[in-house]
Amino acid sequence: MTRFDYAPAPESRAVVTIADSYGIFVGGDFVPASGPSFPTVNPATEEVLAEVGQASAADVDRAVAAARTAYEKVWGRLSGAERGKYLFRIARILQERAREFAVLETLDNGKPITESRDVDVPLAAAHFFYHAGWADKLGYAGLAGSPADPPKPVGVVGQVIPWNFPLLMLAWKIAPALACGNTVVLKPAETTPLTALLFAQVCQEADLPPGVVNIVTGAGPTGQALVEHPGVDKIAFTGSTEVGKLIARSVAGTRKRATLELGGKAANIVFEDAAIDQAVEGIVRGIFFNQGHVCCAGSRLLVQESIHDEVVRRLKRRLATIRVGDPMDKNTDLGAINSATQLARVREMTAVGQAEGAEPWSPACTLPDRGFWFAPTVFTGVSQAHRIAQEEIFGPVLSVLTFRTPTEAVAKANNTPYGLSAGVWTEKGSRILWMADQLRAGVVWANTFNQFDPTSPFGGLKESGYGREGGRHGLEPYLTTGATR
Amino acid sequence: MAHDLLGVSRLTDAVLRRWLHGLPGVDQVGAEARVAGLGTRSIKTTAKAFAIDLAISMIDLTTLEGADTPGKVRSLCAKALVPDPSDPATPRPAAVCVYGDLAAIARNALGDSPIHVAAVATAFPSGRASMPVKLADTRDAVEGGADEIDMVIDRGAFLAGSYLQVFDEIVAVKTACARPDGTAAHLKVILETGELATYDAVRRASYLAMLAGADFIKTSTGKITPAATLPVTLVMLEAVRDWRELTGTQIGVKPAGGIRTTKDAMKYLVMVNEIAGPDWLTSEWFRFGASGLLGDLLLQRQKLATGAYSGPDYVTID
Repeated sequence: MTRFDYAPAPESRAVVTIADSYGIFVGGDFVPASGPSFPTVNPATEEVLAEVGQASAADVDRAVAAARTAYEKVWGRLSGAERGKYLFRIARILQERAREFAVLETLDNGKPITESRDVDVPLAAAHFFYHAGWADKLGYAGLAGSPADPPKPVGVVGQVIPWNFPLLMLAWKIAPALACGNTVVLKPAETTPLTALLFAQVCQEADLPPGVVNIVTGAGPTGQALVEHPGVDKIAFTGSTEVGKLIARSVAGTRKRATLELGGKAANIVFEDAAIDQAVEGIVRGIFFNQGHVCCAGSRLLVQESIHDEVVRRLKRRLATIRVGDPMDKNTDLGAINSATQLARVREMTAVGQAEGAEPWSPACTLPDRGFWFAPTVFTGVSQAHRIAQEEIFGPVLSVLTFRTPTEAVAKANNTPYGLSAGVWTEKGSRILWMADQLRAGVVWANTFNQFDPTSPFGGLKESGYGREGGRHGLEPYLTTGATR
Repeated sequence: MAHDLLGVSRLTDAVLRRWLHGLPGVDQVGAEARVAGLGTRSIKTTAKAFAIDLAISMIDLTTLEGADTPGKVRSLCAKALVPDPSDPATPRPAAVCVYGDLAAIARNALGDSPIHVAAVATAFPSGRASMPVKLADTRDAVEGGADEIDMVIDRGAFLAGSYLQVFDEIVAVKTACARPDGTAAHLKVILETGELATYDAVRRASYLAMLAGADFIKTSTGKITPAATLPVTLVMLEAVRDWRELTGTQIGVKPAGGIRTTKDAMKYLVMVNEIAGPDWLTSEWFRFGASGLLGDLLLQRQKLATGAYSGPDYVTID
């Protein structure tokens, strides 16, 4: 060896046992689904990992009934302190089985093992720890009611989550619902059901009363059956704006509540006085973290015209060191695209970008032969009218635009139907505060990007949805108070 | 050259201040997060073997104690010449680093081997002496056979904003590194980053030293805490990388003090590789100022070769 080439450093998959087929988790037991089964594949290799049952409307009905029984007989009556004990127990089991969850998540999703190991799984456990603490303090959350008359749970919650952070989105949904005294029926995404099914085993291991958590697997029709089920009191959805609108229409006129966390086209705004090396890191983290499969990804780089060339030059130099490949290798930075469907979407949008006249660039990298892969891509010369500046691509594709003044930056950043997140890079504190005030986004990061914490509320404005998850605000959708009971 | 680069006819404190304070800032949280991210790189098997040998070849094997004696220095030199008697293929460290008065002893002990003698000078470690004393200290070490001079900057002057004074001192020491035959000892400039406190100051001190003609920029004397840290070295690696783009001149980097384990060394090498680039991955452009590090690298090297840990008794002490 004459150069410092990192040798393969594969994580062992021996820590997980994947069954040939899986049923659904209803009333504390795994039962066969009545619909036909479907395969879930490893997107990095196209290897079929397992067959998973497709829950039918009748299966969803059974799951909702189990959740209703558990809510009325056990969980809804349990004291907050007792609920907290179960949540603490689940959090600890997640930590104990962290490696198992990380490996399974990487196999089923295609994200690098370092991300599932260092971000997804620890954050999922953190959400359970955080909400376990709230369970007996809801009367002090300042929402309504009083310590003597604490707010009450909503009832049975139907939750539908996406494939980009399968376990983490499950934690965002289940932890606050359970802490507030609700029971849940959760549908994981059809391409990434395995960690949710492993989580069902954790519920068993924690002796969670049967029916408090139910997992139904399947595609769109299963989700639709859950959303439209009359026995569900509240819908919580994370996914595309397109599906979010269907859900909002379906819920309209019913007694159901809904929270929706939808798409985004976040602006990452770099001013000329920014700490430039760290800003470049933030751009990379903003769009290439999790292959860009992040609703709040910084997919639009708005860079001040005076430093455009320098930032692009540094960004390209940095991207030359990014390591694309086997997600199980501990040195991989960018893993596989989650599915053939998503890969087709990313390819379609980059073709559109080229046709619109923007200039694509990718570092030299060898992509594996099998599996779903897309090289990190930077489009320069993008203008506000281009579709790649307007539409969510949900892949490792960055659009670079410029601005000259702070006012122009704000106008361009806000010129989108979305409003989920934004980033501001400047060494000037007063400008950060002004920008945060002007930007129409649910989350504004200053000199950082894609930072998540259970104590911090997350959610969108405009067509990025409504409702918050995390923090004190994230409890509100799962509680009724005097006025709304 | 310096005033051409800055586009002025004459250097002043004000000119230097404008230039240094016009450099982009360093965001502390972001820089430390980048280091933590690189710290998760997993260096195994062939990559580890390569990195261990590379790290050994980059060591400035150091003894800088008041209690140093000619005997102690000769013993260190013997270790440098034969790092591992059980494996003659073991690479040798780049240099032996001693106080100036012991440079001749070291040179003599190392004979005509390619191992360099590095000597600390300029009233190391504090730098609190008058300029004539610092220059005499430097000339004395060069005359004693030092191939490399490790000087300290006047941190007091730097923090007070007397940039021109710091600049002039480096230039003067550089001149004092010249030998009568027209060659010169290589100059490493120690910033003593532990006393500069902020990464912004580390970046400015790096640029000031490079502008004044440093061949290497070095983190620390090893005499105060903190000595070398990964984030400080990150900032310095960014500085030499950007300096080469700006001027075409390549400058070396030497973290010193507190680097004790193979694991530490791997993290530094990953950072050199991914921040400055592979061009810096030789002892010509990157050094470790360390004493205990060599022992752990040898232990790990034996482990890779034999598959079993031999234990400290199988690594010779200096």
